[in-house]
Amino acid sequence: MAISPLEPARAAPGSTTGPILQMDKSTVRFGEVVANDRVSFDLAPGEIHALLGENGAGKTTLMRVLAGLIQPDEGQVFVRGEARSFESVADSVAAGIGMVHQHFMLVPTLTVAENVSLGLRSAGRLFPNTARVGRELRALADKHGLSLDPSARVSDLSIGQQQRVEIVKALYRGATILILDEPTAVLTPGETDSLLAMLRSLTEQGTSVVFISHKLREIRAVADRVTVLRHGQTVGTWALDSVADAELTSAMIGRDAAPTVSSRLAPTTSVAPVPRLAVERVGARDRRGHAVLDSVSLSVAPGEILGIAGVDGNGQTELAEILSGVRRPSAGEVRLDGANITAATVAERIGHGLAHVPEDRQRTGLILDLSIAENLAMETVGTAMFSRRGSLNRAAVRAHAEDIISRFDIRCSGPDQRVRDLSGGNQQKVLIARAVSRAPSALVVSQPTRGVDLGAVENIHRQILDLAAQGCAVILISTELDEILALSDRIAVLYSGTIISTYDRATVDLGTLGMNMTGQSV
Amino acid sequence: MDIFNWIVSAQGEGFFSATMRLAVPLLLAAVGAIYAERSGAINVGIEGMMLSSALSAALVAADTGSPTLGLLAGVVTGIAVAALLAVFTVLLPADPVVVGIALNLLAVGGTTFVFRIFSNQVGTTTTTPGIDAEPIPLLESIPILGPLLFDQSYLVYIALIGVVITWVVLKFTSWGLLLRAAGEHPAAADSLGLSVNRTRFVALLVSGAFAGLGGAFLSLVASTQFVENMTAGRGYIAMAILILGHRSPWGVLLASLLFGLGDAFQLRAQLDNTGVPFQFLLMIPYVLTIVTLAVFGRRLIDPAALGTHFRRGHR
Repeated sequence: MAISPLEPARAAPGSTTGPILQMDKSTVRFGEVVANDRVSFDLAPGEIHALLGENGAGKTTLMRVLAGLIQPDEGQVFVRGEARSFESVADSVAAGIGMVHQHFMLVPTLTVAENVSLGLRSAGRLFPNTARVGRELRALADKHGLSLDPSARVSDLSIGQQQRVEIVKALYRGATILILDEPTAVLTPGETDSLLAMLRSLTEQGTSVVFISHKLREIRAVADRVTVLRHGQTVGTWALDSVADAELTSAMIGRDAAPTVSSRLAPTTSVAPVPRLAVERVGARDRRGHAVLDSVSLSVAPGEILGIAGVDGNGQTELAEILSGVRRPSAGEVRLDGANITAATVAERIGHGLAHVPEDRQRTGLILDLSIAENLAMETVGTAMFSRRGSLNRAAVRAHAEDIISRFDIRCSGPDQRVRDLSGGNQQKVLIARAVSRAPSALVVSQPTRGVDLGAVENIHRQILDLAAQGCAVILISTELDEILALSDRIAVLYSGTIISTYDRATVDLGTLGMNMTGQSV
Repeated sequence: MDIFNWIVSAQGEGFFSATMRLAVPLLLAAVGAIYAERSGAINVGIEGMMLSSALSAALVAADTGSPTLGLLAGVVTGIAVAALLAVFTVLLPADPVVVGIALNLLAVGGTTFVFRIFSNQVGTTTTTPGIDAEPIPLLESIPILGPLLFDQSYLVYIALIGVVITWVVLKFTSWGLLLRAAGEHPAAADSLGLSVNRTRFVALLVSGAFAGLGGAFLSLVASTQFVENMTAGRGYIAMAILILGHRSPWGVLLASLLFGLGDAFQLRAQLDNTGVPFQFLLMIPYVLTIVTLAVFGRRLIDPAALGTHFRRGHR
């Protein structure tokens, strides 16, 4: 399927044979930091060109240059052989570039047609003709074989549908070059497949695509060429049919890839008589009284990792909150070592050996303006370890932090550094270390590697596996299916607030799992 | 007393006429605040804008003898105070609540100071030229609607037209779309090359113009004089009306009429010697504010980006 970039055989009719888009030694500095250092890459007409790199490798900066959101300090951008500088988003759109951001740029309270009309001159200067825009959108979507309801409110659409709206919006605004930033991060496996199929059919009609991702499997499935970025520099560009996965991975992380964590076997101990942590028929309601969790029962034994798979927003947040004690269930019980802890406070649960890693490290996990040492001491600050008769033992807090920083390989300037100034991966390591270092008897961990670079992912996965090996019962809630598969002994699928299936890792079928995640039981 | 006879009596007519007269300044200020809040900018400075405008309108009207020029001065003052708020809260940006409260406090002291310098009086001005009610023949004699709508000054019509225009702007115009986008998802508007901060700045100025009209109404129509601190919290009541009316023009119209009714009722009750101490009657509009906010405020969903600062590149 992939075509060698050296002979761009798929040039769209009417275009020149040269690249449709070319970046030449583009450099972007933010103060001292060089986010893009002489980055070069080119895009052939009708090509899907993947950009691969860890978080912080400079992919997003490069994309923002092309979108006209920031201007490069040095270097040039050529579109169809002409040097262009994008002073604004309008310049970039005028050059035929359409951006699909990772976090969708759609106003949820507006309809699809209103979102597309927003700021669009051709829709009408004073009074936008959203009805006409809607008709034209529908025609455009039909042409590409996509279904789209222009009068639907964006907030009523699924994530996959919203992404389709973003793509059609870009095409409607005249984009011939589509740039997609981590487009599959929020999709189910089924939605991902249809996105990849959509991109292939778009390129057949002459659209060129820049596909930003850190998932090799998808890049392999869809892209013609791949450019790898690391530390803001281009490592190289390869035709995908002439490069091995291992080569790309080591280019991306700058060293040979560690062997992937092998999938685990069931715990040697058979099912314990009393599960370490369990919920029985718990329910939860949102502010408007709708059920978000309905009669969920789960249990996890010492040494076992139970993975909760599912697409975001199916009750994962509420389940984690109920387990950790932040939220009272509207029905059912939570048990720790057989004792009913439904009414126990968060602090009491921590005292009983339950640890919790919240899904959002910046909003609920860490206090960004406090230091690493302070954040690490946070949960147990009142214990004899850190304080005596109400006064804080600063030396102990610091020593504890220094110990953890070296044990968990947290890259920082020292225990007093503000957590806000750490990279996402290192923030996550602080959060994981705080939970793991207490040697808890049960751990509830949500989205442990969201937005974290590959090196840190490996480190975090190792921590979770080691903890389970020491007999800790782990409930792992993640929307990353690969992560669930790599770590879990058993896998439960959460859909629309209920557990619709449970599997042993050894016997699970990926296709079935994917269908369960979209609510289809096979 | 037979209710119909009361409605068509002089007392009844006075009651409905007062309802509208008391509702309009609140309506004007709250309609203006719709622009600000739907764009994501909070205007806590309404009270200060109204008070400053009430003073400038009275001074200019007294000086020139023209209430229309007074009205214009009120609008300009409202815009000027709003510009100050916008510079601090949109461009710099500082906390909108803190700056808004500061402006309100500044206005209380500032208007008193300026007023005493210019008028050589303390407390109130002597009567200034005002804008009179102009009864519309025939229509004015319709029960209820007559005194409510057709025996009023032209400012009342401006306020009602303002409601309609605001509805059209929000629902049908490109700028209205941009306004709503800036309030709900500023990054989306920015990604399309639209300026979130310029939109919010302009929305605040529009809000200031409306608050200025409301303030001028107080000193040119409701009473033809300036009284120190004559807004007496109406700017804050307007913010409550905004929420009660769910930030929609029609909702705000209904909510302000409800408050006008409450205010007219307490005035009526004072005149009628009910035996209730007048201090309690005076409380009615404020109690109404607290009760309605407690009951209806909870169900409201704010614009997602209300009160946040927009800076590009902050995800």
